[in-house]
Amino acid sequence: MLEKLLTAQKRYYVWLLFLLCVIAGCGLVYLQQLQEGLTVTGMSRDVSWGLYISQFTYFVGVAASAVMLVLPAYFHHYRQFKRMIIFGEFMAVAAVVMCALFIVVDLGQPQRMLNVMLHPTPNSVMFYDMLVLIGYLCLNIIIGWVTLEAERMDTDPPKWIKPLIYLSIIWAFSIHTVTAFLYAGIPGRHYWLTAIMAARFLSSAFCSGPSILLLLLLIVRRLTNFDPGKEAVKTLSTIIVYAMCINVFFYLLEIFTAFYSQIPGHEEPIAFLFTGHGGHLYWVSYWMWAAVAMAFLSLAILIPPQWRTNPTLLPIALVMLVAATWIDKGLGLLIGGFTPNMFEEVTPYMPTGREIAVALGVYAIGALVLSLLWKIALGVKKEVNHFGG
Amino acid sequence: MNKSRRSFLKIAGLSAFALSSGITGLTGEAHAKIAPGSYAHGGNALSAKRWAMVIDTRKFKDSQDYEPLIEACHKAHNVPHIPGRQNIKWFWLDSYAHVFPDDMNAHLDERTSAASWPLLCNHCTNPPCVRVCPTQATYKMEDGIVAMDYHRCIGCRFCMAGCPYGARSFNFMDPRAHLTNPVPNPDFPTRMAGVVEKCTFCAERLAVGQLPACVEAAKGRILFGDLEDPASEVRKALAANYSIRRKPSLGTQPGVYYII
Amino acid sequence: MYNAKAVILGILVFVALSTSPFWSSFIGRDYKTTDIALPKDEKNCLENVEFMRSQHMRLLNEWRDEALRNENRAYIASDGKKWVISLQNTCLKCHNNYEDFCQKCHVANSVYPYCWTCHIIPKGSK
Repeated sequence: MLEKLLTAQKRYYVWLLFLLCVIAGCGLVYLQQLQEGLTVTGMSRDVSWGLYISQFTYFVGVAASAVMLVLPAYFHHYRQFKRMIIFGEFMAVAAVVMCALFIVVDLGQPQRMLNVMLHPTPNSVMFYDMLVLIGYLCLNIIIGWVTLEAERMDTDPPKWIKPLIYLSIIWAFSIHTVTAFLYAGIPGRHYWLTAIMAARFLSSAFCSGPSILLLLLLIVRRLTNFDPGKEAVKTLSTIIVYAMCINVFFYLLEIFTAFYSQIPGHEEPIAFLFTGHGGHLYWVSYWMWAAVAMAFLSLAILIPPQWRTNPTLLPIALVMLVAATWIDKGLGLLIGGFTPNMFEEVTPYMPTGREIAVALGVYAIGALVLSLLWKIALGVKKEVNHFGG
Repeated sequence: MNKSRRSFLKIAGLSAFALSSGITGLTGEAHAKIAPGSYAHGGNALSAKRWAMVIDTRKFKDSQDYEPLIEACHKAHNVPHIPGRQNIKWFWLDSYAHVFPDDMNAHLDERTSAASWPLLCNHCTNPPCVRVCPTQATYKMEDGIVAMDYHRCIGCRFCMAGCPYGARSFNFMDPRAHLTNPVPNPDFPTRMAGVVEKCTFCAERLAVGQLPACVEAAKGRILFGDLEDPASEVRKALAANYSIRRKPSLGTQPGVYYII
Repeated sequence: MYNAKAVILGILVFVALSTSPFWSSFIGRDYKTTDIALPKDEKNCLENVEFMRSQHMRLLNEWRDEALRNENRAYIASDGKKWVISLQNTCLKCHNNYEDFCQKCHVANSVYPYCWTCHIIPKGSK
């Protein structure tokens, strides 16, 4: 099926070339980071994880969200999703690749990373995270490829793939749960030490991931006339609304526990995120308030069915939803976890330009993987007339 | 593509994978003991069932009193002085409100609130840093010391997130750029960029029969001994004086006690 | 076979290229010793030369794990002599000529261990 990549329009190759240029440019910045050390980032002794790990966390969620298509299609035989399921699976592949790369760029000694396998440590959540991510990557590559091949041959996928699909559904929940456990099991970091962390992660993933998928599919529809199906879009946006409502609800639960108990340790990180420290507002507070505004605005648009199905309003709401969840999980989670620090002091963190460049490089690699895989999927669908529309 | 060639390639790929993983399995065995000789404990090493430190803070008047200790520690271990927030700390000072945030009150006596308090790795009985480390680069010794193998550290900094005492520092850059040349202690290595480091309770000094550098420099104001031995100096000091530990509610069981 | 000529020619070129180091060694060039400078005052290393030459890196790995993790900071060699386990304070005390001992052989063998980013090279630093 790889030959589908060889017969594309010129603009597709221009896009790939553009991505490759971004990857090369950002790769140079990463080489500089390898030379000089992580001092090129905005991280410090107090805020020892930053943009890289937060992006890792966010994209584990995006990867897990493929299950929102797979589960209805295979557990509930919801046929409308069958046409676009492959895009969810391939997006998961791209997302897991990005996760792995975000971990690698965050390591101080990346050439030693196989130590995690050479010295397996079952008491470390990081060890399980590696296992579940590698497992999920393999599952999605195998399932995606085999089902696409079957679609091309116009036959049913082989029987042995079914158990793998069911496994991948459970596996998707596990990857984000384990990622939440990275944070939720640490004593002394008040913002993270909460039993609802995994549930929050999953709810945030199940609204943001499908939103990104839907937005990308809307772009694809513009570019190629591939139609994900009106009914499917409607159902997926309903799933997104429910997940986002639960996500906001879970966050409000955190706020209640912190501020009704009035235990300083629980209050302080949230207070810092929204109101700064000592009368001084840091940049992250503006972002957090923007996230709050966008979260509620997106819900206001998405909850009424007539707006949700409106072709102009839907993408706007989805963009706001993605931005809100990205700020919550991509910025707030890490900064709130490390501020105040273990000495109840505030050390501000801001990613540096080079840090952002390296992160963009990883984004570009993710986009490249996605572009290649989706091109193959679209090519196959076109060949067998599964383009819809 | 021809069907039979295709299946041939599949089988060939699988066999190559199986063979190569078999080979890695064999090399794993090759890691078993290589030396023809044998190993033994050092001759005059100090040993204990559980090392612990008792700092008699009453005997330190001000932050100046701690300076020789800090200097002894940093000199013995080639700890660089790096300005800014990406610094390295093994033994350092902070205010009461920062060291014991849970015990803070606004009307604390002048001596306690104005004093500087010494900080170092607590060498917990139940260390979260060891629990989270994915490579066992940090681990607990039988004598209670939470040790580090810088060779194995991948620099993921999970331990820094895990340590509730802020005792760990990451080498954001090459530490040698911030050390004199030659280094203060040519018998001890430095670290490299990209690994985490912390106080080691001077395991390398204990191994040759010396007390930790800070304890030696404290001239009796810091006690170091076996917490499981009722006759040890530390146990006697703890029995006779009121002492506190940092953040005891987290259940980590720190091995550093403060007599206040 | 499709394109038999091109395929066979390709295989031949590949084989020739990948075995070229062997052919070039037949054409003259002798193996030269690295001329490393051995310690002057000490005649015997802790184990015999063959073992040290081929296994010193594995021995150092084992020493590190024994010393750091098992508190075994002494090594009793096969001749019964006891050594303190330390790269910096045992090995490098005899092998104190970094350029002419460690480096020469490592460079000749195209290996670049990074021991010296942490361990101090005798007499100042690198």
